[in-house]
Amino acid sequence: MPRPTYIAAIDQGTTSSRCIVFDRTGNIISVAQREHRQIFPRPGWVEHDAEEIWQSVQLVLAEAVGGVDGDIAALGITNQRETTVLWERDTGRPVCPAIVWQDTRTAPLTHALAEHEALFKGRAGLPLATYFSGPKIRWLLDEHPGLRERAERGEVLFGTMDSWLLWNLTGRHVTDVTNASRTMLMNIHTLAWDDDLLAALGVPRAMLPEIRPSAEVYGRTADGVPVAAALGDQQAALFGQTCFDPGETKSTYGSGSFLLMNTGDRPVVSKHGLLTTVGYQLGDTPATYALEGAIAVTGSLVQWLRDNLGLISSAAEIETLAKTVPDNGGCYFVPAFSGLFAPHWRSDARGVIAGLTGFVTKGHLARAVLEATAWQTREVVDAMNADAGLGLTTLRADGGMTADNLLMQTLADVLAVPVIRPMVAETTALGAAYAAGLATGYWPDLDSLRANWHKAAEWRPEIDEAAREREYRNWRKAVARTLDWVDEQEFQQ
Amino acid sequence: MPNVGETIQSVERAAAILRLLASGPRQLGVAELARGLGLPKGTLHGILRTLVVVGFVEQDPATGKYRLGATLLHLGSSYLDVNELRARAINWADALAGRSRESAWIGTLHEGHVLVIHHVFRPDDSMQTLQVGTYLPVHASALGKVLLAHDPYGEPAAPLPPYTAATITDPERLEAELELVRARGWAAEMEELTEGEVAVAAPIKDSRGIVVGAIGIRGALERLAPEGGPRMEFVSYVRDAARAITRDLAR
Repeated sequence: MPRPTYIAAIDQGTTSSRCIVFDRTGNIISVAQREHRQIFPRPGWVEHDAEEIWQSVQLVLAEAVGGVDGDIAALGITNQRETTVLWERDTGRPVCPAIVWQDTRTAPLTHALAEHEALFKGRAGLPLATYFSGPKIRWLLDEHPGLRERAERGEVLFGTMDSWLLWNLTGRHVTDVTNASRTMLMNIHTLAWDDDLLAALGVPRAMLPEIRPSAEVYGRTADGVPVAAALGDQQAALFGQTCFDPGETKSTYGSGSFLLMNTGDRPVVSKHGLLTTVGYQLGDTPATYALEGAIAVTGSLVQWLRDNLGLISSAAEIETLAKTVPDNGGCYFVPAFSGLFAPHWRSDARGVIAGLTGFVTKGHLARAVLEATAWQTREVVDAMNADAGLGLTTLRADGGMTADNLLMQTLADVLAVPVIRPMVAETTALGAAYAAGLATGYWPDLDSLRANWHKAAEWRPEIDEAAREREYRNWRKAVARTLDWVDEQEFQQ
Repeated sequence: MPNVGETIQSVERAAAILRLLASGPRQLGVAELARGLGLPKGTLHGILRTLVVVGFVEQDPATGKYRLGATLLHLGSSYLDVNELRARAINWADALAGRSRESAWIGTLHEGHVLVIHHVFRPDDSMQTLQVGTYLPVHASALGKVLLAHDPYGEPAAPLPPYTAATITDPERLEAELELVRARGWAAEMEELTEGEVAVAAPIKDSRGIVVGAIGIRGALERLAPEGGPRMEFVSYVRDAARAITRDLAR
């Protein structure tokens, strides 16, 4: 009997790196995971050690693949997006800590770039925000003496995490088009680095990787395994949920939450605070675009409750704590820790717990934490419905937080549509595996992937319209109280 | 203190050692313990060795002195939250449903019943309703038999109501069935809850080896057990999933 073959996917996330091995039906065969440090040098700053991440990735890859009786046909990569790594071409060593997507140090810089806002929106499809890589590169080049000159000479290279891992795995300086679409440097229409965007941000072209499709063989690992896909984590989840047709939408619940809607082969410019992004590009076929609603803080709010307040000892216990009370007790929690992302895009906002009375207990607070994820989703769904001109009929949810049944029920209640969890909650890694498997012929076509998608659970709305509207009104009042907190002078500092 | 009859001296002494070690942040050597408790060193050695073996006391490898063990510190708060169990098991339950093409279930004991804490739909995209939060009878379900077989309290409340003609209602027959479940490491439910339905389940253990839940599949008799007993292929899927979750919980 021939040895079975599998596809491995590296999921380089914000808090951990994982490697998951899948079989032909998309079932998980083995998993390895390793957390890495979150470095907070100052309020609003978040850094990673790219070297540590590469070490973790090597370990999880060896562990997950080592535990499998069979061969690995291809390796796919999916990664936390926008996080910015600069390294030396000669030594392959990072020249500074990686700036993580959540980091808000570039707020004054993005304010200063306001004159180019229309350019960024039109060419890159993105609003001016601290979130994206371009301003992070600019900040590093400004702050580290001599770095800009070295970047101009091509001695110092830029990459998002996909690029950093591809460099270490294959020796090539490339990035995938979905990751490139998050830099503010790529023209969303031509899928190439754009001179006007580079000039506006002051980023030298010599330091940028070559933009490649999301699925093609980029090279081979030291063990000879083809590295055949790279996708930003949210695009990978869209792919893993088999949202291949225009209008199909998924929502992933991790540290942050991200709704993506497939818009087909044309970029749709949002009028309601959503981003235009590349969904995926398979080999030399045309790219598929997506509209995206990004919410900065959802699962990380649960972690905050665990780590900073010590109210729970594991993230899953939030559900146990929330179920000690029947409702939120009038309490609303808007976690604008690094400002508000979609659909508001307000970097001056900061977190608020509203409606506090002597009645409120930690159980109510736990409810408010879970409801915050649901209401933030509702705001993005409303924006997406308005942009796309059609109403969402079901929400395909995935990610770690889908293990929380109370959250899933609350989502169905506030969205007033059924919420569906697919059979494989790990859609991010699955999407990278799917893309790598398509590029190497492990799967023949998109239909063979669609056949793997199955509904694992479904939650239906249980509250009435009056209750839903009342709660939404209260939520919006709480959101209004987060705005205008950070004033202009603080941004200048 | 009520007079409860004879007590065991060495258990009392073990308790006294633990109290003394808990009385301050310092580590204590045998000589100090002997002085503090007024006992000969030789007596203490045997008790300390036993306490180290069960993990209640740890010996500092450098100084040879004793302190309370991590096992003891976690004793009061080490129950596994059911939502934590679901979060840790979700990938393996999905894989079980995927491989068996049947619905997957995880249950824990709750006040004499099986509480369903996780349910994965049968992957055929038919209309199904989420059963999380519902209860199953312990004596008439595969999940229940696994949990009962490993429960220190052991017995379900009599009488055992019948759900079908095949439900085990005789306590002695149930005890024999539980013995079988313990011996082979899995339980079957042959139309004992619903006619035409078969289920298979296996135990999930935590890092201390204690059964904290059961995972299983449920489906039509003609698919899961076309020739009388459950097909062993399905039994091994279930046991693989239970072992994978158990391994995960040990980390």
